Amino acid sequence: MKKKAVIELSHLYKSFGTTDVLKDFNLNLFEGENLVLMGKSGSGKSVMIKCLVGLMEVDKGSIKILGKDISKLKQNELDELRTNIGFLFQGSALYDSMTVRENLEFPLRRHSHNTEKKTEALVKEALESVGLPETIDLMPAELSGGMQRRIALARALILKPKIIIYDEPTTGLDPITAKEIILLMMNIQEKYATSSLIITHDVDCARVISNRMILLLDGKDYAGGNFNELASSKDPKIKAFFK
Amino acid sequence: MGNKSLLLVSVTGFILGLVFTLQSRPTLMEFGAVSWMPSMISISIVREIGPVIIALICAGRIGSSIGAELGSMKVTEQIDAMEVSGTNPFKFLVVTRILAATCMLPILVIIGDFVALIGSAIIENAKGDVSFLLYFNQVFEALKFTDLLPATIKTFFFGFAIGLVGCFKGYNSKKGTAGVGKASNSAVVFTSMLLFVLDFIAVFITDIFYN
Repeated sequence: MKKKAVIELSHLYKSFGTTDVLKDFNLNLFEGENLVLMGKSGSGKSVMIKCLVGLMEVDKGSIKILGKDISKLKQNELDELRTNIGFLFQGSALYDSMTVRENLEFPLRRHSHNTEKKTEALVKEALESVGLPETIDLMPAELSGGMQRRIALARALILKPKIIIYDEPTTGLDPITAKEIILLMMNIQEKYATSSLIITHDVDCARVISNRMILLLDGKDYAGGNFNELASSKDPKIKAFFK
Repeated sequence: MGNKSLLLVSVTGFILGLVFTLQSRPTLMEFGAVSWMPSMISISIVREIGPVIIALICAGRIGSSIGAELGSMKVTEQIDAMEVSGTNPFKFLVVTRILAATCMLPILVIIGDFVALIGSAIIENAKGDVSFLLYFNQVFEALKFTDLLPATIKTFFFGFAIGLVGCFKGYNSKKGTAGVGKASNSAVVFTSMLLFVLDFIAVFITDIFYN
């Protein structure tokens, strides 16, 4: 049976002045899959995910998340829909004036009506799932880059989202920490049965984690398939990604 | 933001009172009008100098802090993270800061004015042998409701301007850390100019109503 698409991007166009960033870009993320989107720096990957979560408006095209067209949603409906999406930012984007505990409590306090005890338990569970329960009362500035990325992942997970979007999850990390983050992403996918959209140009990360891949080139979904299909392609433009 | 600015506002107010009294004394003595000192100082400080100087100090202290904080949150994607988590960052970050600045500035100005009058009273006591009781009797005799009300009302607008400009500049900052510095700097510069314009408008309107 064909799986249901949780994200459907159809014929997206986005330009800045005379620069066309997305030109007829299409993407479907199906339930339970890990879809990797690869592209060169400046190819429009970040623009695409900003459009996807409603931080930017597209010029043309439609974006459906969990069957809902986001351009037709009111702000409160969009905010409600966003609670189904966990987002791991490239720079972690932890609130630096708050402790780790407060960072994790922030989405919980806004979107659920849990008791203090339940909130505490959820925070501890999320921290344990990323292997950092001891950091609960530390400030983000006291953590290393890899630890910050894990805490950001815990924050993205805390509302038990159906979809997680990873923006360059391993960029700026040493190979060992990058590998730990990849393993963590796989564990999370297994434990929470989320659908993941992973934006990366890290070939190792793509090889390990992807069920399916899409290459973003010249603003279009240039090619798609699993890692082996794309890595063995004869097309020089595709081969360039796997060198 | 109010309690963290209290020391700065108090020190500024105290020195303002001291210096203003020291500088005015010789001129008033020359005209034999030194007994008018408490009235002159209190009216000048409460009506004009206190609100404007303290608002400028707060524009530097609070406006720059808001601009830098929001600017830094913007460039490190913290504001985007908030929005993506389904929280309206405008309500959470901007409205609260503008409200806080609007409510706190009048309180800071009242405290600053009072401390400035204490500073002035100390000089009068030391140089002119005027007791504190006599000094403050004259101050309260000179000050009228029409001095206090417009001066207090305008400080709400000053606070609003400090919060609004700081938030606007920070929220719209771009281009990395350089952008944060620029946002913080332009928040102070723009707020300072805006405060003088608002002060002029406030004085103009007060003049129409009371004179």
